[in-house]
Amino acid sequence: MSAVPAAASVPAAEPAVEASGVEFAYGERQALRGLDFQVAPGEIFGFLGPNGGGKTTLFRILATLAPPSRGAVRVFGADLATQAARVRRELGVVFQSPSLDVHLTVAENLTHQGHLYGLSGRDLAGRIEAALARFGLTARAGERAKTLSGGLRRRAEIAKSLLHRPRLLLLDEPSTGLDPGARRDLWDTLFDLRGEGVTVLLTTHFMEEGDRCDRLALLAGGEIVALGSPGELKTEIGGDVVVLSGPDPAGLARDLTARYPDLAPTVGDGAVRLERERAHEFVARLVEALPGRVEAVTVARPTLEDVFLRRTGHRLYDLEKADDEA
Amino acid sequence: MNGLATATLWQRELVRFFRQPSRVAGALGTPLIFWLFMGSGLSGSFRLQGSAGVSYLQFFFPGTIVLVLLFAAIFSTISVIEDRHEGFLQGVLVAPVGRGAIVAGKVLGGATLAWLQGAVFLVLAPLAGLHLTLASGLAAAGVLALLSIALTAIGFAFAWKLDSVQGFHGVMNVVLLPMWLLSGAFFPLAGAPLWLSLLMRVNPLTYGVAALNDLLLQPAAAARAASGLPSPGVAVLVTLGLALVVYAVDLAVTRGGRVE
Repeated sequence: MSAVPAAASVPAAEPAVEASGVEFAYGERQALRGLDFQVAPGEIFGFLGPNGGGKTTLFRILATLAPPSRGAVRVFGADLATQAARVRRELGVVFQSPSLDVHLTVAENLTHQGHLYGLSGRDLAGRIEAALARFGLTARAGERAKTLSGGLRRRAEIAKSLLHRPRLLLLDEPSTGLDPGARRDLWDTLFDLRGEGVTVLLTTHFMEEGDRCDRLALLAGGEIVALGSPGELKTEIGGDVVVLSGPDPAGLARDLTARYPDLAPTVGDGAVRLERERAHEFVARLVEALPGRVEAVTVARPTLEDVFLRRTGHRLYDLEKADDEA
Repeated sequence: MNGLATATLWQRELVRFFRQPSRVAGALGTPLIFWLFMGSGLSGSFRLQGSAGVSYLQFFFPGTIVLVLLFAAIFSTISVIEDRHEGFLQGVLVAPVGRGAIVAGKVLGGATLAWLQGAVFLVLAPLAGLHLTLASGLAAAGVLALLSIALTAIGFAFAWKLDSVQGFHGVMNVVLLPMWLLSGAFFPLAGAPLWLSLLMRVNPLTYGVAALNDLLLQPAAAARAASGLPSPGVAVLVTLGLALVVYAVDLAVTRGGRVE
């Protein structure tokens, strides 16, 4: 006859991943500058950002390949640095570079993987058969991994990583190098896994993939610059995004600011960019008011790219280019 | 779980080897060519002190077997670097498997391959005019096993630390081949200038070669004393010690520092 309310007797679900103050440095270069985030069980959580922004470093830390220089990560309550063996049993890891042995067949790869996770005998055989069937690899089971296409290899990688039924699946840039069909396949699989209660954490530099995550963190310069669901992140952009191009973007932006002091237009890529609610009405007035100054107008719903631009002052791909040149 | 992991990694080494015929050919062919050409070429001008009647082709045979082991160990430990580059290793490193199981699987896998190749040569010994009994053959196979583990473990330690196959070739040329050259495999200890014979005595590989020479060439005790070879017991003990020490070094390098 307990009078304790139900809400108090049920502890809040333990986070799948809980990171606090995670830093990582390669010598002098600080790659991660204090990350704090939580991933809830059963969600698809993405890290979106430019290459060189810290995604791969974070992935390596989460995969137990490198301990953070500072801060702590707990995976289902187990500390990554001190309880790595326990964490590893909960983790399925899909690397960006394939981890299949190309000289072995698909089935042999899965068998070795099972053995590494302590599986053997009939149990393992059953799991391999089921995994091959699930990922449409049954017919290719006896073929060497090197004969598989990129999409099939990624499927085999995922089949491999799921063999021990991990509760958390980590994927590093899983779509890179996949054609659109294989990419769709991949996401169908991720949604299915979410339905089965698997927590999925992935990194990506594709905006459209960020949109498919339940929640995501924008990672740039080793920091989380925004965190939330794609919808939440976009609502911080007031209304629509308007891009005006014309012969003199800088002059146009000056005149716009003089006329509408709260507009805060920015100039980049030879165009003026601004955010405005009910932009279609505004644009009609604007073009009339400034004859000859505007050659083309686009009005669009905000994207994650806009969020990224607003938070960092850079476009995602500009940062990647800068990083390549550095 | 670690036993299963070791076994599966060991098995993978063997399967990969037999699926790459060029590796089989390279590992057996090179020493065979060395033995035939160098042995034949030097036969006319070479006479072993104190062991009249031993031709250079015969003298060089045990050393050639050690060269077979060395090449086999080098090739199989290069696969550590390949595993790292091809990505297989990272999959193993994130599995709930101790580093010790990884070392055991890789080193014992490589050593098994080296031993198998050495054993092929050992069986051919009578063709080189060497007398082999069942007892001496088995004893030689045992020495080969110790040497296989020692050489593979040496290769593993370098391969784990190195990023590139090119770098590994450097190590091979500067460390591993000179070790072999100065092991009494290519020329005998007796008759070498003092500084060289000192180097040869410090070289742990000398003792494994000596043990093998002892079994295959069977020099009489007097001849052994003249040739400066250590006694069989010392030779085997030093070889065993070498294998254990380098294996311990492997365990240490995989635990420390670099986690990639």
